[in-house]
Amino acid sequence: MTSPDKCRRKLVVVGNGMAAGRMLEELFARAPGAHDVTIFGAEPRVNYDRIMLSPVLAGEKTYEDIVIHGDAWYAENGIDLRRGERVVAVDREARTVTSSAGTVAPYDELVLATGSDPFVIPVPGASLPGVVTFRDLDDVEKMLEAANKGGSAVVIGGGLLGLEAAAGLALKGMKVTVVHLMPTLMERQLDLSAAYLLRRAIEKRGITVETGANTVAIFGAGKVEAIKLEDGRTLPADLVVMAVGIRPNAALAKAAGLEVRRGIVVDDHLATSDPSIYSVGECVEHRGACYGLVAPLYEMAKVLAARLAGEEVAGYAGSITSTKLKVTGVDLFSAGDFSEGDETDEVVLRDPSRGIYKRVILRDGHIVGAVLYGDVADGSWYFDLIKKHADVSEMRETLIYGQAFQGGGAALDPISAVAALSDDAEICGCNGVSKGTIVGAIKAKGLTTLDEVRAVTKASASCGQCTGKVEAVLAATLGAAYSGSSRKPMCKCTDLTHEEVRGFIASKELKSFPAILQELGWKTSCGCPTCRPALNYYLIAAWPGEYRDDLQSRFVNERLHANIQKDGTFSVVPRMWGGLTTPAELRAIADIAEKYQVPLVKMTGGQRVDLIGIPKASLPNVWAELLAAGMVSGQAYAKGLRTVKTCVGKSWCRFGTQDSMGLGVKLEKLMCGSWTPAKVKLAVSGCPRNCSEATVKDIGVICVDSGYDIHIAGAAGLHVRATDLLGHVDTEEEALEVCAAVLQAYREQAVYLDRLYKWSEKVGLDAVRAQIIDDLANRKALYQRFLVSQRAVRKDPWAERVAGRELHEFMPLAKLDIIPAPVEA
Amino acid sequence: MEHKREYWFDLGLLTAIPVRGARTVQVPRRDIAVFRTANNEVFALENKCPHKGGPLSEGIVHGRKVACPLHNWVIDLESGHATGADHGCARSFPVKIENGRVFIDMGVAAAA
Repeated sequence: MTSPDKCRRKLVVVGNGMAAGRMLEELFARAPGAHDVTIFGAEPRVNYDRIMLSPVLAGEKTYEDIVIHGDAWYAENGIDLRRGERVVAVDREARTVTSSAGTVAPYDELVLATGSDPFVIPVPGASLPGVVTFRDLDDVEKMLEAANKGGSAVVIGGGLLGLEAAAGLALKGMKVTVVHLMPTLMERQLDLSAAYLLRRAIEKRGITVETGANTVAIFGAGKVEAIKLEDGRTLPADLVVMAVGIRPNAALAKAAGLEVRRGIVVDDHLATSDPSIYSVGECVEHRGACYGLVAPLYEMAKVLAARLAGEEVAGYAGSITSTKLKVTGVDLFSAGDFSEGDETDEVVLRDPSRGIYKRVILRDGHIVGAVLYGDVADGSWYFDLIKKHADVSEMRETLIYGQAFQGGGAALDPISAVAALSDDAEICGCNGVSKGTIVGAIKAKGLTTLDEVRAVTKASASCGQCTGKVEAVLAATLGAAYSGSSRKPMCKCTDLTHEEVRGFIASKELKSFPAILQELGWKTSCGCPTCRPALNYYLIAAWPGEYRDDLQSRFVNERLHANIQKDGTFSVVPRMWGGLTTPAELRAIADIAEKYQVPLVKMTGGQRVDLIGIPKASLPNVWAELLAAGMVSGQAYAKGLRTVKTCVGKSWCRFGTQDSMGLGVKLEKLMCGSWTPAKVKLAVSGCPRNCSEATVKDIGVICVDSGYDIHIAGAAGLHVRATDLLGHVDTEEEALEVCAAVLQAYREQAVYLDRLYKWSEKVGLDAVRAQIIDDLANRKALYQRFLVSQRAVRKDPWAERVAGRELHEFMPLAKLDIIPAPVEA
Repeated sequence: MEHKREYWFDLGLLTAIPVRGARTVQVPRRDIAVFRTANNEVFALENKCPHKGGPLSEGIVHGRKVACPLHNWVIDLESGHATGADHGCARSFPVKIENGRVFIDMGVAAAA
């Protein structure tokens, strides 16, 4: 042991964590024996690897395995380690620190490495026994003790630490629920696709994941027993782990009068506002950023050590961070900036059958971020390219295949690339179909289309992601004889058609955006304005009541429940069932039109009143007044049921054969609120004179003496088309059932934005008739499914908005009539 | 000497803007659309499409772009330029996020 020497500078370090340890290691390497070092550590231990606490919890490592500096290291370097002694005060005048044990230590240079404290959410019951954080070995011991007794654990926080804690506790046999405030796991490190895969992997371990869940209270008599969520549910818990984040521990610095914002403010050389006091690690705030990962701490430690050793070095310039999750069997990596991008600045590779997702984000020919899931072998390579700011434009085409793929010559076009593959190369991973098998089938059976290849070989028949490759095999095998396909992919994000995507949503039970994008191998990270509204509709239609409508994937009219006009104002159309109204309704509409100075009041072609030119901010008030007068949204903005137009019918008309108004009202009440691929308009005419023009509607009912003729597939817009007669029914009840069954078949089968006539032309009138008129059981099943889906949309959208749902969105964020005078800099 | 005046005006919490959506800020000479992307970046553009003046704040936000609700012009949120075959530019304004709050530089936003 070296003895104290008057010439040596006295260095006092507060904190015995990883940043302090690394800094000293670096310092001793640069300036051996130049300092007398005293360390105050609040924990009664030597320096250990805190990021390996998860493997200790999981039982994969022991405390001994994760010790970085054993007792010998402290002795060898002559360090006076004060274990379990917390520094309580710094006297900057006298240049001394005072510890909880009363030790007063003088310093020439002081390093604050106080780290961070876990954030404990301030809910009632947060201090109950059994509520722990996940920060140090004591926490791990408490968790292990609880785990040995079994029972339920709730982990609050679905970030890195929370998930590692959850996985460890699940491995120890506890029934674990992760409660996460945000809509997706690890939202700061992962994009939606990777978060989807992660959630699936976590759930596979038997862990329940509750996202968008806010904890409001923790209960228990003497010890924790349950937590309560904002939605009213309670989750039983014998152990609650809070892993919601960390806060720089800057209390000592603040008390000493140093500049502290979120953390202890340091310059590029890690000096605080007092030039003889430095700070390093999670407690600092550098250029506005605080760090909670180990790499930046080590980078800081290096700069500070050089500074203390008297070397002239470039300062610390901040860090680009990367993340890995330490849960065995879950491979994920993220680094840099992974903002949502689009086709111009990202490269995406998905392999649904192996659960792989890779995304590299580029800006101006440089990689700025990467998210990898399932195969992270190239994470460090991408991270290196990010840090080096390397120009990767030359290898852009092959970048996503990783480092091993580089230098492999020029990229081939897809057909040549497939032609160059050997016969045993796998084309379809789901069904294990090789190129040779496909080529053989094409030649032996004379296949010429993708559908034939699918039917015979099963290639691309499962997830469809290899569709492009199978087509390339067809093209390469048939040469000029392959006419290409008439298939129209949904958009640039996929090779699949609308019909194929719909099919997979049902067969693979895809219930969310990320599930579709990953399992069907989307080429972009989050879709485009073409596919997003379509997918949102398909999900709504497939999973009524289960899928939550994504408003941001909707066109403005459906988002705001009003039609946008060319000047940015909106039109409002209240519902008038079957085109019927009352003097009281008309009076209310007139009053509202005057009160809000509505510039134009007009009758629509669907027997409604249109109030045009209403500014967005006035919409909720206008709706509230219409609602007060008993009216609801006319959904004149929706790809959904708009209007049922009627003629007077037998109650008044001398030619009327049935109650056309009554049926119209019933149809409208049955169908209102339903979302459909495109707008839907109906009409009911009381006799074949057809005054309500039912023969140019999507569904038209023409009453006759013997009952009701049901017509479908009319149009009177860009395209004019008279309806086809679907069939005849005798009773009003049957008419309602047939109309609803037609609507449901259209909802389930049509391509988004196809009007009903287009769907009917595509599947054929006979096929529609077969499933609705001829097959009674099928008709009833369609009708029942329609009723189920209608249950999910029974709330009036105007009423919901007026009641406050997303109401703030109608108001500007700020409105400044007078600009306040700028503050002089 | 003329020095640039910065006047950062607090627009409130980032969470008040829907993800992949926008809110507006009204100042005497113009309406400004403040966009929030899926990755919680913010951008501000004059709420007027360079094509026919459509309110960009009502468009579908995808990546760092927005599709105008009137005729589907796609505008780059960073530069305000129309993308693809279309030409034109919506004026952009400096915005920043600090401690979860959004600030706009009124020195620029409110200037003539």
